[in-house]
Amino acid sequence: MSAAEHAAGPANSTEYITHHLTHLKVGEGFWSIHVDTIFMSVLLGVVTIALFYAAARKATSGVPGKWQAFVEMVCEFIDTTVKEVFHLDRRFLAPMALTIFVWVFLMNAMDLLPLDLPGKVAALFGVHYWRAVPTADANTTFAMSLTVLAVVIFYSVKAKGAGGYVHELFTAPFGANPVLWIPNFLLNLVELLSKPVSLAMRLFGNMYAGELVFMLIALLGASMFTWSIGSTVGFLGQIVMGAAWAIFHILIITLQAFIFMVLTVVYSAMATEHH
Amino acid sequence: MENLALIAQVQGYTAIALGLIIGLGAIGACIGIGIMGSKFLEAAARQPELIPTLQGRMFLLAGLIDAAFLIGVALAMFFAFANPLLARFG
Repeated sequence: MSAAEHAAGPANSTEYITHHLTHLKVGEGFWSIHVDTIFMSVLLGVVTIALFYAAARKATSGVPGKWQAFVEMVCEFIDTTVKEVFHLDRRFLAPMALTIFVWVFLMNAMDLLPLDLPGKVAALFGVHYWRAVPTADANTTFAMSLTVLAVVIFYSVKAKGAGGYVHELFTAPFGANPVLWIPNFLLNLVELLSKPVSLAMRLFGNMYAGELVFMLIALLGASMFTWSIGSTVGFLGQIVMGAAWAIFHILIITLQAFIFMVLTVVYSAMATEHH
Repeated sequence: MENLALIAQVQGYTAIALGLIIGLGAIGACIGIGIMGSKFLEAAARQPELIPTLQGRMFLLAGLIDAAFLIGVALAMFFAFANPLLARFG
């Protein structure tokens, strides 16, 4: 779409929504890259690291400042959660869980920005599509959950040995009889693959639906420009419902980041337990 | 004109399907949360000292119960605005 068409505004409500649902894409088909997703997720990753680095640098064993106290609280929370479930050496898993929690939380929190704001900022740079929430892109969530799958397989092999893990894939849960190898393997495969799929889809579904409800609420407010009594009600409705949905969404954001983190830890713990 | 009739038919059925997805999903999610919430309240009444622990677990479960419903909502929204079934008509 040309810049002039963009400046004119959307023709109707469906076009408004589909415009807000379009990624800034480079490339074609399978090899297309969503530049906005990658940029936002890398930016927020850097912010995550910078926040915790700032706390670590100024860390004092005397009376802590507020930021240090907050960081300590978060780290202790993650550590307790990991310690309850995971019984091997948690020096790799706990930092990974912390990264997942804070990074996913920040990425989800991009959903609370006013809906048209990222678009207006992007328009200053001559870019006409910008989706600000990386986790509302299935690519991000599947990338993270496939990484979690790799970590789970890594821990399985670490705890049981490569041969032991393959043996378990073919002989658990029904038994070691060669007749049962195929059913065992199919069941284990389904269990193994359902974890990353459900992890990714849960986060994606929550964020995508949340974003879409924000868009629908924005449309309600946009009806104000028809200047009728119904539209004034629409405008007030947008303020009230937008506030209510944003408050509810704060809970959802935190909860989904927490769930992703807890499930990562729980899947890793399950991978290390022997039968 | 025939194309228009076909497009209208696909959109009509899609609309009904979206209603079913969201409605049935909501039934499942709400009943699930209701059952879980009632168990939590029972446990909280029996052992008030466990409330902080159970509350954390309860929120975790709420997120898990809502997962399938919200995935359904996301899919329904996708069909509402970028219906792939209409791609056949160009």
